[in-house]
Amino acid sequence: MSTRSEARAWLAQRLSAAVLAVCVLVHLVTLIVAVRHGLSAEAILGRTRGSVAWTAFYSVFVVAVAVHAPLGLRVVAAEWLGWRGIVANFAWLVAGIALLGLGARAVLAVAL
Amino acid sequence: MMHSGWANRGHAAFWAFVVHRVSGVLLAVFLPLHFLALSQALADAGALDAFLVWTHHPLVEASEIAVVFLLAAHFTGGLRLLLIEFLGWRGEAQKAMLAAAGGGAVFFALMFALNLI
Amino acid sequence: MPAPENQLEVRVWRGGAEGGYQTFQVPRLASQTVLDVVTWIQRHLDASLAYRFACRVGMCGSCAMSVNGVARWTCRTHVEKVCDGERMDIAPLANLPIIRDLVTDMSAFFDKWARAKGQFVPSSTRKDPFALVPPDSRARAAVDAAIECIGCGVCYASCEVVAWNRDYLGPAALNRAWTLVRDVRDAAHSERLAAVSGDAGCHACHTHTSCTERCPKHLSPTASIAGLKRATALAMLKGAL
Repeated sequence: MSTRSEARAWLAQRLSAAVLAVCVLVHLVTLIVAVRHGLSAEAILGRTRGSVAWTAFYSVFVVAVAVHAPLGLRVVAAEWLGWRGIVANFAWLVAGIALLGLGARAVLAVAL
Repeated sequence: MMHSGWANRGHAAFWAFVVHRVSGVLLAVFLPLHFLALSQALADAGALDAFLVWTHHPLVEASEIAVVFLLAAHFTGGLRLLLIEFLGWRGEAQKAMLAAAGGGAVFFALMFALNLI
Repeated sequence: MPAPENQLEVRVWRGGAEGGYQTFQVPRLASQTVLDVVTWIQRHLDASLAYRFACRVGMCGSCAMSVNGVARWTCRTHVEKVCDGERMDIAPLANLPIIRDLVTDMSAFFDKWARAKGQFVPSSTRKDPFALVPPDSRARAAVDAAIECIGCGVCYASCEVVAWNRDYLGPAALNRAWTLVRDVRDAAHSERLAAVSGDAGCHACHTHTSCTERCPKHLSPTASIAGLKRATALAMLKGAL
Protein backbone atom coordinates (compact mmCIF):
# COMPACT_ATOMS: atom_id res chain seq x y z
CA MET A 1 0.00 0.00 0.00
CA SER A 2 1.26 3.47 -0.83
CA THR A 3 1.38 6.08 1.93
CA ARG A 4 -1.50 7.77 0.14
CA SER A 5 -3.65 4.63 0.46
CA GLU A 6 -2.54 4.12 4.04
CA ALA A 7 -3.58 7.67 4.89
CA ARG A 8 -6.94 7.09 3.20
CA ALA A 9 -7.38 3.88 5.17
CA TRP A 10 -6.83 5.87 8.36
CA LEU A 11 -9.40 8.45 7.28
CA ALA A 12 -11.91 5.72 6.39
CA GLN A 13 -11.32 4.26 9.86
CA ARG A 14 -12.08 7.59 11.54
CA LEU A 15 -15.09 8.40 9.32
CA SER A 16 -16.60 4.96 9.91
CA ALA A 17 -15.89 5.50 13.62
CA ALA A 18 -17.93 8.71 13.56
CA VAL A 19 -20.83 6.88 11.87
CA LEU A 20 -20.50 4.02 14.35
CA ALA A 21 -20.53 6.44 17.27
CA VAL A 22 -24.13 7.26 16.36
CA CYS A 23 -25.08 3.67 15.48
CA VAL A 24 -23.56 2.21 18.64
CA LEU A 25 -25.26 4.75 20.87
CA VAL A 26 -28.63 3.92 19.32
CA HIS A 27 -27.82 0.19 19.52
CA LEU A 28 -26.81 0.34 23.19
CA VAL A 29 -30.00 2.18 24.13
CA THR A 30 -32.10 -0.15 21.99
CA LEU A 31 -30.73 -3.31 23.50
CA ILE A 32 -30.96 -1.99 27.04
CA VAL A 33 -34.63 -1.20 26.44
CA ALA A 34 -35.29 -4.38 24.45
CA VAL A 35 -33.83 -6.68 27.04
CA ARG A 36 -36.23 -5.38 29.67
CA HIS A 37 -39.07 -7.18 27.99
CA GLY A 38 -37.05 -10.34 27.67
CA LEU A 39 -35.04 -11.31 24.67
CA SER A 40 -37.22 -13.17 22.19
CA ALA A 41 -37.46 -13.48 18.44
CA GLU A 42 -40.93 -11.98 18.59
CA ALA A 43 -39.61 -8.88 20.37
CA ILE A 44 -36.72 -8.38 17.96
CA LEU A 45 -38.55 -9.20 14.76
CA GLY A 46 -41.67 -7.33 15.81
CA ARG A 47 -39.54 -4.24 15.82
CA THR A 48 -37.51 -4.83 12.69
CA ARG A 49 -39.68 -6.84 10.27
CA GLY A 50 -40.99 -4.65 7.49
CA SER A 51 -39.57 -1.49 9.03
CA VAL A 52 -37.83 0.76 6.51
CA ALA A 53 -36.23 2.82 9.26
CA TRP A 54 -34.69 -0.11 11.13
CA THR A 55 -33.56 -1.77 7.90
CA ALA A 56 -31.88 1.44 6.81
CA PHE A 57 -30.31 1.87 10.23
CA TYR A 58 -28.87 -1.65 10.40
CA SER A 59 -27.68 -1.45 6.78
CA VAL A 60 -25.67 1.68 7.55
CA PHE A 61 -24.42 0.01 10.74
CA VAL A 62 -23.25 -3.09 8.85
CA VAL A 63 -21.43 -1.13 6.14
CA ALA A 64 -19.68 1.07 8.72
CA VAL A 65 -18.57 -1.90 10.79
CA ALA A 66 -17.40 -3.83 7.71
CA VAL A 67 -15.07 -0.90 6.99
CA HIS A 68 -14.03 -0.21 10.59
CA ALA A 69 -13.28 -3.68 12.00
CA PRO A 70 -10.90 -5.05 9.32
CA LEU A 71 -8.99 -1.76 9.15
CA GLY A 72 -8.58 -1.85 12.91
CA LEU A 73 -7.49 -5.48 12.97
CA ARG A 74 -5.05 -4.77 10.15
CA VAL A 75 -3.12 -2.33 12.36
CA VAL A 76 -3.15 -4.67 15.37
CA ALA A 77 -1.89 -7.56 13.24
CA ALA A 78 0.84 -5.39 11.69
CA GLU A 79 2.09 -4.11 15.05
CA TRP A 80 1.74 -7.20 17.22
CA LEU A 81 2.04 -10.08 14.74
CA GLY A 82 4.24 -8.45 12.13
CA TRP A 83 1.68 -9.10 9.39
CA ARG A 84 2.48 -6.49 6.79
CA GLY A 85 2.51 -6.27 3.02
CA ILE A 86 0.34 -7.03 0.04
CA VAL A 87 -0.90 -10.43 1.19
CA ALA A 88 -1.90 -9.14 4.63
CA ASN A 89 -3.70 -6.13 3.18
CA PHE A 90 -5.54 -8.33 0.67
CA ALA A 91 -6.54 -10.72 3.45
CA TRP A 92 -8.12 -7.85 5.43
CA LEU A 93 -9.95 -6.69 2.31
CA VAL A 94 -11.40 -10.17 1.93
CA ALA A 95 -12.30 -10.20 5.63
CA GLY A 96 -14.16 -6.93 5.17
CA ILE A 97 -16.13 -8.29 2.26
CA ALA A 98 -16.94 -11.45 4.20
CA LEU A 99 -18.12 -9.40 7.20
CA LEU A 100 -20.24 -7.28 4.88
CA GLY A 101 -21.78 -10.45 3.48
CA LEU A 102 -22.56 -11.92 6.89
CA GLY A 103 -23.96 -8.62 8.07
CA ALA A 104 -26.13 -8.18 4.99
CA ARG A 105 -27.50 -11.68 5.55
CA ALA A 106 -28.34 -10.78 9.15
CA VAL A 107 -30.08 -7.57 8.10
CA LEU A 108 -32.12 -9.49 5.52
CA ALA A 109 -32.98 -12.09 8.13
CA VAL A 110 -34.49 -9.56 10.50
CA ALA A 111 -35.88 -7.15 7.93
CA LEU A 112 -37.82 -9.39 5.59
CA MET B 1 18.44 -2.46 21.29
CA MET B 2 16.79 -1.99 24.68
CA HIS B 3 13.03 -2.12 25.04
CA SER B 4 11.33 0.37 27.30
CA GLY B 5 10.17 -1.38 30.43
CA TRP B 6 6.71 -1.72 31.96
CA ALA B 7 7.66 1.10 34.32
CA ASN B 8 7.28 3.33 31.31
CA ARG B 9 3.69 2.26 30.70
CA GLY B 10 2.08 3.12 34.00
CA HIS B 11 0.12 6.11 32.82
CA ALA B 12 -3.62 6.24 32.30
CA ALA B 13 -3.66 7.05 28.59
CA PHE B 14 -1.65 3.91 27.86
CA TRP B 15 -4.19 1.74 29.68
CA ALA B 16 -6.94 3.51 27.75
CA PHE B 17 -5.18 2.35 24.59
CA VAL B 18 -4.94 -1.23 25.86
CA VAL B 19 -8.65 -1.30 26.75
CA HIS B 20 -9.52 0.17 23.36
CA ARG B 21 -7.41 -2.32 21.41
CA VAL B 22 -8.39 -5.42 23.41
CA SER B 23 -12.10 -4.52 23.32
CA GLY B 24 -11.87 -3.90 19.57
CA VAL B 25 -10.26 -7.27 18.88
CA LEU B 26 -12.76 -9.14 21.08
CA LEU B 27 -15.70 -7.34 19.46
CA ALA B 28 -14.33 -8.21 16.02
CA VAL B 29 -14.27 -11.87 17.07
CA PHE B 30 -17.82 -11.63 18.46
CA LEU B 31 -19.34 -9.86 15.47
CA PRO B 32 -19.48 -12.72 12.93
CA LEU B 33 -21.07 -14.91 15.62
CA HIS B 34 -23.63 -12.16 16.25
CA PHE B 35 -24.46 -11.96 12.55
CA LEU B 36 -24.74 -15.75 12.28
CA ALA B 37 -27.08 -15.87 15.27
CA LEU B 38 -29.37 -13.22 13.81
CA SER B 39 -29.35 -15.01 10.47
CA GLN B 40 -31.15 -17.88 12.20
CA ALA B 41 -34.26 -15.83 11.64
CA LEU B 42 -33.89 -16.44 7.91
CA ALA B 43 -35.28 -19.88 8.47
CA ASP B 44 -38.14 -18.73 10.64
CA ALA B 45 -38.77 -16.95 13.92
CA GLY B 46 -38.80 -20.33 15.60
CA ALA B 47 -35.17 -20.94 14.73
CA LEU B 48 -34.16 -17.61 16.29
CA ASP B 49 -36.26 -18.36 19.37
CA ALA B 50 -34.63 -21.76 19.74
CA PHE B 51 -31.27 -20.05 19.73
CA LEU B 52 -32.39 -17.33 22.14
CA VAL B 53 -33.61 -19.88 24.69
CA TRP B 54 -30.02 -21.05 24.92
CA THR B 55 -28.97 -17.52 25.83
CA HIS B 56 -30.90 -17.63 29.10
CA HIS B 57 -28.11 -19.65 30.63
CA PRO B 58 -26.36 -17.55 33.33
CA LEU B 59 -22.93 -18.02 31.77
CA VAL B 60 -24.22 -16.76 28.45
CA GLU B 61 -25.93 -13.82 30.14
CA ALA B 62 -22.67 -12.97 31.91
CA SER B 63 -20.88 -13.04 28.54
CA GLU B 64 -23.56 -10.78 27.08
CA ILE B 65 -22.98 -8.25 29.84
CA ALA B 66 -19.25 -8.50 29.14
CA VAL B 67 -19.80 -7.88 25.42
CA VAL B 68 -22.01 -4.88 26.14
CA PHE B 69 -19.28 -3.54 28.41
CA LEU B 70 -16.69 -4.07 25.68
CA LEU B 71 -18.89 -2.26 23.18
CA ALA B 72 -19.52 0.62 25.55
CA ALA B 73 -15.82 0.85 26.45
CA HIS B 74 -14.72 0.82 22.82
CA PHE B 75 -17.39 3.42 22.03
CA THR B 76 -16.51 5.85 24.84
CA GLY B 77 -12.77 5.38 24.31
CA GLY B 78 -13.23 5.97 20.60
CA LEU B 79 -15.19 9.16 21.24
CA ARG B 80 -12.31 10.38 23.39
CA LEU B 81 -9.84 9.70 20.55
CA LEU B 82 -12.02 11.45 17.97
CA LEU B 83 -12.25 14.47 20.26
CA ILE B 84 -8.48 14.56 20.83
CA GLU B 85 -7.61 14.09 17.18
CA PHE B 86 -10.17 16.36 15.60
CA LEU B 87 -10.93 18.96 18.20
CA GLY B 88 -7.40 19.30 19.48
CA TRP B 89 -5.50 18.33 22.58
CA ARG B 90 -6.35 20.10 25.79
CA GLY B 91 -3.84 19.00 28.40
CA GLU B 92 -5.96 19.78 31.43
CA ALA B 93 -8.96 17.90 30.12
CA GLN B 94 -7.12 14.60 29.60
CA LYS B 95 -7.82 13.04 32.96
CA ALA B 96 -11.43 14.25 32.85
CA MET B 97 -11.96 12.66 29.44
CA LEU B 98 -10.53 9.36 30.60
CA ALA B 99 -12.74 9.39 33.67
CA ALA B 100 -15.80 10.23 31.57
CA ALA B 101 -15.00 7.43 29.11
CA GLY B 102 -14.50 4.88 31.87
CA GLY B 103 -17.60 6.00 33.73
CA GLY B 104 -19.72 5.99 30.62
CA ALA B 105 -18.73 2.45 29.74
CA VAL B 106 -19.52 1.18 33.21
CA PHE B 107 -22.85 3.01 33.13
CA PHE B 108 -24.01 1.34 29.92
CA ALA B 109 -22.90 -2.09 31.03
CA LEU B 110 -24.64 -1.66 34.37
CA MET B 111 -27.91 -0.52 32.77
CA PHE B 112 -27.85 -3.57 30.55
CA ALA B 113 -27.02 -5.92 33.37
CA LEU B 114 -29.76 -4.56 35.58
CA ASN B 115 -32.35 -4.91 32.84
CA LEU B 116 -31.19 -8.36 31.95
CA ILE B 117 -31.30 -9.88 35.37
CA MET C 1 24.72 -8.82 49.42
CA PRO C 2 22.84 -5.53 50.07
CA ALA C 3 24.80 -2.26 49.90
CA PRO C 4 25.76 -0.55 53.20
CA GLU C 5 23.59 2.46 54.07
CA ASN C 6 25.85 5.11 52.63
CA GLN C 7 26.29 3.20 49.41
CA LEU C 8 24.17 2.71 46.33
CA GLU C 9 23.98 -0.52 44.34
CA VAL C 10 23.94 0.40 40.67
CA ARG C 11 23.48 -1.98 37.74
CA VAL C 12 24.88 -0.54 34.53
CA TRP C 13 24.45 -2.01 31.06
CA ARG C 14 27.76 -3.06 29.52
CA GLY C 15 28.47 -4.16 25.98
CA GLY C 16 26.18 -4.06 22.97
CA ALA C 17 22.78 -5.61 22.41
CA GLU C 18 24.12 -8.97 23.60
CA GLY C 19 25.66 -7.43 26.72
CA GLY C 20 24.46 -7.49 30.31
CA TYR C 21 24.27 -5.59 33.56
CA GLN C 22 27.37 -5.06 35.70
CA THR C 23 26.91 -4.15 39.35
CA PHE C 24 28.86 -1.35 41.02
CA GLN C 25 28.74 0.10 44.51
CA VAL C 26 28.78 3.87 44.56
CA PRO C 27 28.90 6.24 47.55
CA ARG C 28 25.65 8.08 48.20
CA LEU C 29 26.01 11.83 48.25
CA ALA C 30 23.55 14.65 48.88
CA SER C 31 21.77 16.03 45.79
CA GLN C 32 23.40 13.33 43.68
CA THR C 33 22.17 12.99 40.11
CA VAL C 34 22.25 9.82 38.03
CA LEU C 35 24.88 11.46 35.80
CA ASP C 36 27.01 12.03 38.91
CA VAL C 37 26.76 8.29 39.61
CA VAL C 38 27.76 7.28 36.07
CA THR C 39 30.66 9.74 36.08
CA TRP C 40 31.85 8.48 39.49
CA ILE C 41 31.87 4.88 38.20
CA GLN C 42 33.83 5.85 35.10
CA ARG C 43 36.40 7.87 37.07
CA HIS C 44 36.91 5.62 40.08
CA LEU C 45 35.86 2.08 39.20
CA ASP C 46 35.94 1.40 35.47
CA ALA C 47 37.46 3.81 32.98
CA SER C 48 36.17 1.70 30.07
CA LEU C 49 32.52 2.68 30.72
CA ALA C 50 31.19 4.54 27.67
CA TYR C 51 28.52 7.21 28.06
CA ARG C 52 27.54 10.59 26.62
CA PHE C 53 27.09 13.94 28.30
CA ALA C 54 27.93 17.56 27.55
CA CYS C 55 26.36 20.49 29.37
CA ARG C 56 25.30 18.53 32.52
CA VAL C 57 22.78 21.31 33.32
CA GLY C 58 19.70 20.20 31.38
CA MET C 59 20.15 22.09 28.13
CA CYS C 60 21.70 19.74 25.57
CA GLY C 61 19.89 16.43 26.10
CA SER C 62 23.05 14.37 25.46
CA CYS C 63 22.87 12.49 28.76
CA ALA C 64 19.51 10.84 28.10
CA MET C 65 19.50 7.23 29.34
CA SER C 66 17.07 4.66 30.63
CA VAL C 67 16.89 4.77 34.43
CA ASN C 68 14.87 1.93 36.02
CA GLY C 69 13.20 1.39 32.65
CA VAL C 70 12.22 5.02 32.08
CA ALA C 71 13.99 7.41 29.68
CA ARG C 72 15.32 10.50 31.44
CA TRP C 73 17.97 13.22 31.34
CA THR C 74 20.41 11.81 33.85
CA CYS C 75 21.88 15.22 34.71
CA ARG C 76 18.44 16.39 35.86
CA THR C 77 17.41 13.22 37.65
CA HIS C 78 18.19 13.14 41.35
CA VAL C 79 19.00 9.67 42.58
CA GLU C 80 16.56 9.91 45.52
CA LYS C 81 13.75 10.61 43.03
CA VAL C 82 14.13 7.33 41.15
CA CYS C 83 15.70 5.04 43.68
CA ASP C 84 13.52 4.26 46.68
CA GLY C 85 15.47 1.16 47.63
CA GLU C 86 19.21 0.96 47.37
CA ARG C 87 19.30 -0.24 43.76
CA MET C 88 19.20 1.52 40.43
CA ASP C 89 19.38 0.17 36.87
CA ILE C 90 20.99 2.37 34.22
CA ALA C 91 20.72 1.34 30.59
CA PRO C 92 21.04 2.99 27.18
CA LEU C 93 17.95 4.59 25.60
CA ALA C 94 15.43 2.09 24.26
CA ASN C 95 14.46 1.73 20.60
CA LEU C 96 17.94 2.63 19.34
CA PRO C 97 20.87 0.36 18.40
CA ILE C 98 23.48 0.19 21.16
CA ILE C 99 27.01 1.16 20.19
CA ARG C 100 28.50 0.27 23.56
CA ASP C 101 27.45 0.44 27.20
CA LEU C 102 25.24 3.53 27.63
CA VAL C 103 25.81 4.96 24.15
CA THR C 104 23.23 4.51 21.40
CA ASP C 105 23.41 5.15 17.68
CA MET C 106 21.19 8.17 17.10
CA SER C 107 21.41 7.99 13.27
CA ALA C 108 17.98 6.43 12.83
CA PHE C 109 16.44 9.10 15.05
CA PHE C 110 17.84 11.92 12.92
CA ASP C 111 17.31 10.10 9.62
CA LYS C 112 13.62 9.94 10.44
CA TRP C 113 13.68 13.66 11.21
CA ALA C 114 14.88 14.20 7.63
CA ARG C 115 12.36 11.70 6.22
CA ALA C 116 9.56 13.66 7.88
CA LYS C 117 10.82 16.71 5.99
CA GLY C 118 11.76 18.35 9.26
CA GLN C 119 13.73 21.11 7.56
CA PHE C 120 12.53 24.61 6.78
CA VAL C 121 12.19 25.36 3.06
CA PRO C 122 12.24 29.09 2.34
CA SER C 123 9.65 30.79 0.17
CA SER C 124 11.48 34.10 -0.20
CA THR C 125 15.02 35.42 -0.62
CA ARG C 126 17.13 38.06 1.11
CA LYS C 127 15.92 40.52 -1.47
CA ASP C 128 12.33 40.22 -0.25
CA PRO C 129 11.05 42.14 2.76
CA PHE C 130 10.99 40.39 6.14
CA ALA C 131 8.12 37.96 6.73
CA LEU C 132 5.76 39.45 9.29
CA VAL C 133 4.50 36.73 11.59
CA PRO C 134 2.49 38.00 14.57
CA PRO C 135 3.65 35.96 17.57
CA ASP C 136 0.13 35.76 18.96
CA SER C 137 -1.38 34.44 15.72
CA ARG C 138 -2.84 30.92 16.07
CA ALA C 139 -0.33 29.48 13.61
CA ARG C 140 2.69 30.94 15.41
CA ALA C 141 1.30 29.99 18.83
CA ALA C 142 1.05 26.40 17.61
CA VAL C 143 4.66 26.52 16.41
CA ASP C 144 5.90 28.10 19.65
CA ALA C 145 4.24 25.38 21.72
CA ALA C 146 6.32 22.73 19.97
CA ILE C 147 9.52 24.49 18.86
CA GLU C 148 11.71 23.95 21.94
CA CYS C 149 12.64 20.35 21.09
CA ILE C 150 16.39 19.74 21.37
CA GLY C 151 16.38 16.26 19.87
CA CYS C 152 17.32 14.34 23.02
CA GLY C 153 15.52 11.17 21.98
CA VAL C 154 13.62 10.59 25.25
CA CYS C 155 10.23 10.64 23.49
CA TYR C 156 11.47 8.26 20.79
CA ALA C 157 12.78 5.87 23.42
CA SER C 158 9.46 6.02 25.30
CA CYS C 159 7.17 5.42 22.34
CA GLU C 160 5.70 1.92 22.14
CA VAL C 161 4.72 2.40 18.47
CA VAL C 162 8.38 3.05 17.63
CA ALA C 163 9.13 -0.31 19.23
CA TRP C 164 6.33 -2.10 17.32
CA ASN C 165 6.75 -0.38 13.95
CA ARG C 166 10.31 -0.12 12.70
CA ASP C 167 9.50 2.52 10.09
CA TYR C 168 7.46 4.79 12.36
CA LEU C 169 8.95 8.29 12.15
CA GLY C 170 8.37 8.84 15.86
CA PRO C 171 7.23 11.70 18.06
CA ALA C 172 10.21 14.06 17.70
CA ALA C 173 10.37 13.99 13.89
CA LEU C 174 6.61 14.44 13.62
CA ASN C 175 6.60 17.19 16.23
CA ARG C 176 9.23 19.11 14.25
CA ALA C 177 7.30 18.55 11.01
CA TRP C 178 4.24 20.07 12.70
CA THR C 179 6.12 23.23 13.59
CA LEU C 180 6.98 23.60 9.91
CA VAL C 181 3.45 22.76 8.73
CA ARG C 182 2.28 25.71 10.82
CA ASP C 183 5.13 27.98 9.73
CA VAL C 184 3.52 30.46 7.34
CA ARG C 185 6.89 31.17 5.65
CA ASP C 186 7.55 27.55 4.70
CA ALA C 187 7.23 26.52 1.05
CA ALA C 188 7.15 22.70 1.27
CA HIS C 189 3.67 22.26 2.75
CA SER C 190 2.26 19.57 0.46
CA GLU C 191 5.49 17.55 0.29
CA ARG C 192 5.69 17.61 4.06
CA LEU C 193 2.11 16.43 4.52
CA ALA C 194 2.86 13.55 2.15
CA ALA C 195 6.04 12.77 4.09
CA VAL C 196 4.23 12.53 7.45
CA SER C 197 1.31 10.42 6.17
CA GLY C 198 0.71 6.72 6.22
CA ASP C 199 1.59 3.73 8.38
CA ALA C 200 5.04 5.17 9.10
CA GLY C 201 3.73 8.66 9.73
CA CYS C 202 1.31 10.47 11.96
CA HIS C 203 -1.44 7.94 11.21
CA ALA C 204 0.37 5.30 13.23
CA CYS C 205 0.14 7.26 16.47
CA HIS C 206 -2.31 5.70 18.93
CA THR C 207 -2.27 8.54 21.47
CA HIS C 208 -0.51 6.55 24.19
CA THR C 209 0.98 9.92 25.23
CA SER C 210 4.14 8.23 26.51
CA CYS C 211 6.08 10.90 24.62
CA THR C 212 4.18 13.74 26.28
CA GLU C 213 4.50 12.11 29.70
CA ARG C 214 8.28 11.82 29.39
CA CYS C 215 9.38 14.92 27.46
CA PRO C 216 11.80 16.78 29.74
CA LYS C 217 10.85 20.06 28.07
CA HIS C 218 7.14 19.38 28.69
CA LEU C 219 6.27 19.46 25.02
CA SER C 220 3.35 17.47 23.67
CA PRO C 221 4.25 15.53 20.53
CA THR C 222 0.79 13.95 20.89
CA ALA C 223 -0.78 17.35 20.30
CA SER C 224 1.50 18.04 17.33
CA ILE C 225 0.73 14.65 15.80
CA ALA C 226 -3.00 15.24 16.30
CA GLY C 227 -2.47 18.49 14.39
CA LEU C 228 -0.79 16.57 11.57
CA LYS C 229 -3.75 14.16 11.51
CA ARG C 230 -6.12 17.09 11.07
CA ALA C 231 -3.94 18.73 8.42
CA THR C 232 -3.61 15.51 6.40
CA ALA C 233 -7.33 14.73 6.75
CA LEU C 234 -8.21 18.17 5.44
CA ALA C 235 -5.78 17.74 2.55
CA MET C 236 -7.32 14.35 1.70
CA LEU C 237 -10.84 15.73 1.75
CA LYS C 238 -9.74 18.52 -0.57
CA GLY C 239 -8.07 16.00 -2.87
CA ALA C 240 -4.71 17.60 -2.19
CA LEU C 241 -2.93 14.59 -0.65
